[in-house]
Amino acid sequence: MTLDLKNGRIDMSHGAGGRAMQQLVEQLFIKAFDNPMLRQANDQAMFDAPAGRMVMSTDSYVISPLFFPGGDIGSLAVHGTINDVAMAGARPLYLSAGFIIEEGFPLADLSRIVASMAAASREAGVPVVTGDTKVVERGKGDGVFINTAGVGVVPDGVTVSGDRARPGDVVLISGTMGDHGVAVMSQRESLGFETTILSDSAALHTLVAALVAAVPGVRVLRDPTRGGLAATLNEITHQSKAGIVLNEAAIPVREAVRGACELLGLDPLYVANEGKMIAIVPPEDAAAALAALRGHPLGSEAAIIGTVIADDHCFVQMDTSFGGRRVVDWLAGDQLPRIC
Amino acid sequence: MKYVDEFRDGMLAKGIAATIAAEVQPDRRYHVMEFCGGHTHAISRYGIEDLLPASVRLVHGPGCPVCVLPVGRIDAAIALARQPGVILCTYGDLLRVPGSKRTSLLKAKAEGADVRMVWSTLDALKIAQDNPGREVIFFAIGFETTTPPTAVALKQAQALDLRNFSIVCNHVLTPSAIQNILESPEVRELGTVPLDAFIGPAHVSTVIGSAPYEYFAEEYRKPVVIAGFEPLDVMQALLMLVRQINEGRFGVENQFARAVTRQGNEKAKALVAEVFELRKTFEWRGLGMVPYSALRIKAEFAAWDAEKRFDVPDVSVPDVKSCACGAILRGVKKPTDCKLFGTACTPETPMGSCMVSAEGACAAHWTYGRFRETKTA
Repeated sequence: MTLDLKNGRIDMSHGAGGRAMQQLVEQLFIKAFDNPMLRQANDQAMFDAPAGRMVMSTDSYVISPLFFPGGDIGSLAVHGTINDVAMAGARPLYLSAGFIIEEGFPLADLSRIVASMAAASREAGVPVVTGDTKVVERGKGDGVFINTAGVGVVPDGVTVSGDRARPGDVVLISGTMGDHGVAVMSQRESLGFETTILSDSAALHTLVAALVAAVPGVRVLRDPTRGGLAATLNEITHQSKAGIVLNEAAIPVREAVRGACELLGLDPLYVANEGKMIAIVPPEDAAAALAALRGHPLGSEAAIIGTVIADDHCFVQMDTSFGGRRVVDWLAGDQLPRIC
Repeated sequence: MKYVDEFRDGMLAKGIAATIAAEVQPDRRYHVMEFCGGHTHAISRYGIEDLLPASVRLVHGPGCPVCVLPVGRIDAAIALARQPGVILCTYGDLLRVPGSKRTSLLKAKAEGADVRMVWSTLDALKIAQDNPGREVIFFAIGFETTTPPTAVALKQAQALDLRNFSIVCNHVLTPSAIQNILESPEVRELGTVPLDAFIGPAHVSTVIGSAPYEYFAEEYRKPVVIAGFEPLDVMQALLMLVRQINEGRFGVENQFARAVTRQGNEKAKALVAEVFELRKTFEWRGLGMVPYSALRIKAEFAAWDAEKRFDVPDVSVPDVKSCACGAILRGVKKPTDCKLFGTACTPETPMGSCMVSAEGACAAHWTYGRFRETKTA
């Protein structure tokens, strides 16, 4: 029997361990992600452990809507976990994928998501080598949730960690802020605005490799996802027990993103990104780091945006374009539209 | 970004700052209250105080719609939300404001109440149309800016004969609040709150115009400059106020002439007058009972007045004892004067309303300005 990928829907049998589940796994997942490890059809993937320090990371994806301009939950689940692994300065090797699918979910949508995931994984050169599928009753999920985990290996001589920022270090960003969050928000029906902004969702491991090759002494790498640049820099200042001063005028934000944020009362510094990274490097490496980032297609708009300072309060501060200074704090609750 | 960047230009700001510094008189202090939370937010966010001479002092006013709503009204919203079959809709900030007994609409939502954040009154109407079997209550808050949209919702509900929709009207009036502050003992008799001038509201004034401020500028001899919410607007308004004070004038001037006229928005005012009438008195957090300071829904729209249709508890509940929100809203205290500020009370765990809204004086100072007390760089 073949799956009806055009009109069929997920039912409870697809997660029950019987023939229907076998069909789903073979005709959809293995077909899309096809690779020798997956084809062995074991409950685990077996591979040789490479020499050096390994890193491992996991992330769950529950984004709504599932499809958005510039990507979907599938490509996001691949890029996000590759990036989490890469932010240790690592080369990502393998991914796992776990699907939690709601009863009634259209197979056409699932197939589109899996195809997009497989394409993202192939393009990144990081195969999905093991996986799992569960089906939950209607009303107990939101279409589909995806968990991915990834492993990677860190080159010798590279030590990247959120606690390594030192006063005097230079803060760089690989490109414009806020694209992903605004692209996703534009799809939420209650807001009803149109934008040409695409999500920046991308796998950053080759950008990391280029940077680490040019500046092996890079101290901190992190992708500013949830909570945006503001939350991520606050995490770093608290881990490193130092402060950061940003220069607002240097932070790249697209005009369309600024416009949308202005209308909605949001601050681009708090809006999520899925294809950007922060790099903190010693001052003498700043120029080389900027050149390495700008020399890569995903870093062409990279910029130096601030400096690490000694600060017991671990504040992230910003010199505003207007000429004043302010704190760039963690976000409290969700970003909300202003009503007055 | 056109029509935005022009109003945030750092070079122009430096120019105005230099003029203000040159024009302030050495033996004089300039205490300016920005009434609106929108201005409070802009002042903190752009670091405007860094550009001002020490003799120009900004005093935060009560014009934050979420901040001035008293605890009793929050409790009423929570009680309504907990009634079976009810969907309570309101603007986002209100969800996090603490009621009494450590509750909030957000916590009530987590406990199962159907509370929805809406971006406009029309979203609430749509929810009512989509849920004919449920009672949809819009908990309306705000100053004159948000009043016309509530009026539109009432008229629409009437036109559609939408019987499962109703509104709790908490709309308040700016001029009454300013007058209440000017009449307060701290300002009038004790002199503990020196107030020399006001920055008048931006969006509120687009609706009511500049005329309503003329009475108290004249009566209390306090100059008013209506200003837009962009940082250069605030800087220019401050310069205009410094000049009025220096020259001993106390007029109403309009810096925000690109949006505000003397008469305001006649259509919006007519609409508001059609569906709302003055309440004899209304409780404000910080200001207490203020006569003729709020609106209620007229009798002919009673079918959509949640206060008539539901048992809305109308009890006055005091603030948390050590919370200084009340004094802060009157300009008597600064956020940093409050014992709870930054310790028990932060935006993550607000004890008082001023720490909730981005326009609240405490939240604005905590979020953007708290490095000032702990200069490190």
